[in-house]
Amino acid sequence: MALSREQLAQRVAQELKDGYYVNLGIGIPTLVANYVPNGIEVMLQSENGLLGMGQFPTEDEIDADLINAGKQTVTMVTGASIFDSAASFAMIRGGHVDLTVLGAFEVDVNGNIASYMIPGKLIKGMGGAMDLVAGADNIIVTMTHASKHGVSKLLANCTLPLTGKACIKKVLTDLAFIEIKDGKFHLLERAPGVSIEEIVKLTDGELEVPEHVPEMSF
Amino acid sequence: MSGFNKVVSSYEAALAGLQDGMTIISGGFGLCGIPENLIKEIKSKGTKNLTVISNNCGTTHDGLGILLIDKQIKKMVASYVGENAHFAAQMMSGELDVELTPQGTLAEKIRAGGAGIPAFYTATGYGTAVAEGKEVKAYDGRHYILEESIKGDFAIVKAWKADPYGNLIFRKTARNFNPLAATAGKITVVEVEEIVALGELDPDQIHTPGIYVNRVIQGTFEKTIEQRTTRPSATSSI
Repeated sequence: MALSREQLAQRVAQELKDGYYVNLGIGIPTLVANYVPNGIEVMLQSENGLLGMGQFPTEDEIDADLINAGKQTVTMVTGASIFDSAASFAMIRGGHVDLTVLGAFEVDVNGNIASYMIPGKLIKGMGGAMDLVAGADNIIVTMTHASKHGVSKLLANCTLPLTGKACIKKVLTDLAFIEIKDGKFHLLERAPGVSIEEIVKLTDGELEVPEHVPEMSF
Repeated sequence: MSGFNKVVSSYEAALAGLQDGMTIISGGFGLCGIPENLIKEIKSKGTKNLTVISNNCGTTHDGLGILLIDKQIKKMVASYVGENAHFAAQMMSGELDVELTPQGTLAEKIRAGGAGIPAFYTATGYGTAVAEGKEVKAYDGRHYILEESIKGDFAIVKAWKADPYGNLIFRKTARNFNPLAATAGKITVVEVEEIVALGELDPDQIHTPGIYVNRVIQGTFEKTIEQRTTRPSATSSI
């Protein structure tokens, strides 16, 4: 079975380490905050200028001056800090954020990522995504492995305008956990009940499959 | 005005000198921390052919979005421009020129503009459409592109508190691009929720020193929320 949105978030959460500063993109990445393993502390960075993002506010706690990068009302955890947008991206570009999780339309075997624009459709902009992929060393891309029509999103070459060049090393799809190195995809794990054949079939770029590919565990 | 007293008493006075064709840098992220009354004043003034630099262009009915209704903006420099029907229509028809700029690059362009730095190298956007026509340089085997800084004829800023000398304190994530915008305007106009007496702000706590600020006005704010997300009050987990 392909992973649900929640399972994708759960699997990413297994990569969190105690003391990590983490930037979570909009969508599935945001859900990762719900699955922080017990006994570890992580601090969430929101690129509009907040380190230490907390849960959504109660109706009484809503504050128009306190939002996340998705423009949602949020709260702050104890120990949070606030800063301006230049300081926020100094943190990101300077490589101080330990883990970045974001979505994508396409990735390819050279670590290129396309995530912000589909020509011919409405152009909304890249927001902070280009800075995030350029600045972070440890990035996990979460995405579906293929379109509804079975067209692979893990390609030999991205076809859409790039968000970043040669910057992605790890991709978690609804079917597989994949590492990108030496110009190839490497299959690390597969979703429970998903066959290697299915993953191979839906991966357009060259895929290295080791002898043993463990199933993800939750 | 006398000495260092920057306080003005009308929005008309706050934006005196703003003319057609000028460049305006605006603080705000989404609708959070936007100088909403200054934007409304620009709308009623009817200033046209503006180049506006801001992370976003408001929504269809709020923020900078209201300047699109009468087509007052000629060019928009922003990182993200969703949530606005007029924007999409005017961009498609070619009436509105749009320069999409990565958010961190935009922040740094404004910061650099205010700090007297004409350009800087950044890895952000290398190998993408953003890099087209820009100089590339390698340092330690990594590629960087040259980005030029930005200055505005006017900067419009929203702060929480000011003293009469224009020293500013921002509140929570309403800070965002505001302190940067404040440094980069030839004329920087700040609207605040409260003007406090001189000496009331602790010098150690001031986010933006008054040297950057030309005019201060006290306003009242709607503070429209774009995405009202809540949790039930009974539970303590996310």
